[in-house]
Amino acid sequence: MSMIGLYQPGSSVLHRLPAGVKLLGLLLAVVGIVLLTAPWQLGVAALALAAGFALARIPARVIGRQLWPMRWFVLAIGIFQVIFAGPERAVMVCGTLLLTVAVAALVTLTTRVTAMLDVCQRLLGPLRRVGVDPDRAGLVLALTIRCVPLMAEIIGAVSQARKARGASFSMRALVVPAVVRALRRADAIGDALTARGVDD
Amino acid sequence: MAEISFRGVQHRYGDRVVLGGVDLVLTEQRVGIVGANGSGKSTLARMINGLISPTAGSVTVDGLDTTSKGREVRRRVGFVFTDPDNQIVMPTVAEDVAFSLRRSGLSKPEIADRVTQTLSRFGLAGHADHPTHLLSGGQKQLLALAAVLVTGPDVIVADEPTTLLDLRNARMVSNLLGSLPEQLVLITHHLHLLDGFDRVVVLDRGQVVADGTPAQALPVYTGLLE
Repeated sequence: MSMIGLYQPGSSVLHRLPAGVKLLGLLLAVVGIVLLTAPWQLGVAALALAAGFALARIPARVIGRQLWPMRWFVLAIGIFQVIFAGPERAVMVCGTLLLTVAVAALVTLTTRVTAMLDVCQRLLGPLRRVGVDPDRAGLVLALTIRCVPLMAEIIGAVSQARKARGASFSMRALVVPAVVRALRRADAIGDALTARGVDD
Repeated sequence: MAEISFRGVQHRYGDRVVLGGVDLVLTEQRVGIVGANGSGKSTLARMINGLISPTAGSVTVDGLDTTSKGREVRRRVGFVFTDPDNQIVMPTVAEDVAFSLRRSGLSKPEIADRVTQTLSRFGLAGHADHPTHLLSGGQKQLLALAAVLVTGPDVIVADEPTTLLDLRNARMVSNLLGSLPEQLVLITHHLHLLDGFDRVVVLDRGQVVADGTPAQALPVYTGLLE
């Protein structure tokens, strides 16, 4: 399921910070993490991040759920780095990946999606002069977030159907129906948006 | 109650005639529309709030043409779809209900207040910050209904809102629909939901073949199925 949009209600200092401040903080944190040069610096950053999660009163299992989907990816990257660049480099690359995802998760878990979209819309406001509609852009972002679990459901259902019909290894049996269903879903969502007055 | 009027309404998809000349005036509080798959029920329903325009004839709601005055019509007519996943656009429950009020002119505190009241009315207050994709089917349909009703429409058109639900959730949604003070046009295959309705219209191959009380119209429909 989607990591995006899994807001954890709360009243901590982090929850109450304005979304714009947190998004700016996220940007600065990611840049800072990427610029780290030694494993001990990653360790300090990890401790600071852990303090952030503790301040926000986010349970460890929730943090784990954010990072768990990355395990195979990080493992593959780590093995590659160990072979071609050495263990220290592997620690730096994998640690940087995990920390940047974790800091993004901290922001996501403590910030309502609508608050983040409001910030995006305000930032896009000056672009009205060149024809950009910030409200529409915000809706597109919200729909993108919303559609991640919907696509996951479609692919899951098609995978099961493919398996039930003995075609577990057929990419065509996965991709074609998944695309067709996704397009039908998109049409239906379009109708619903019209009914909810989005274009009015 | 609003007056929903179909005058000489026809609709085609290419060469396929979906509605072949429908004349109806709906003023009752509870109207059911039934028919076999492909009979034109959903097409007829979607014309009421201007989602589909007739290829001939006209549809009006209190005198407002649904094609030329779609915006005004959609302010008065809320639409509940069969699959609530198509209707829910925001990641959390409260955010999705609030989305309906984004152009209402209300302040943020007023919107928050209206959202809280609406969620309480539908038993969703405890789920306000929950991700919408983690709700049960029945809860999603309640959310879809809440997001429609929060805007205060005069008419609710519900297109088979219980089809994808299990019996328990279907009863919950249907009981809620039945208790609404708003005018309701319900398209359904579940005939027991039409008990107590004021009027039932039966469609068959794009034509109205029966129109009356449930006791009058439903036997005609079940007769067509034999």
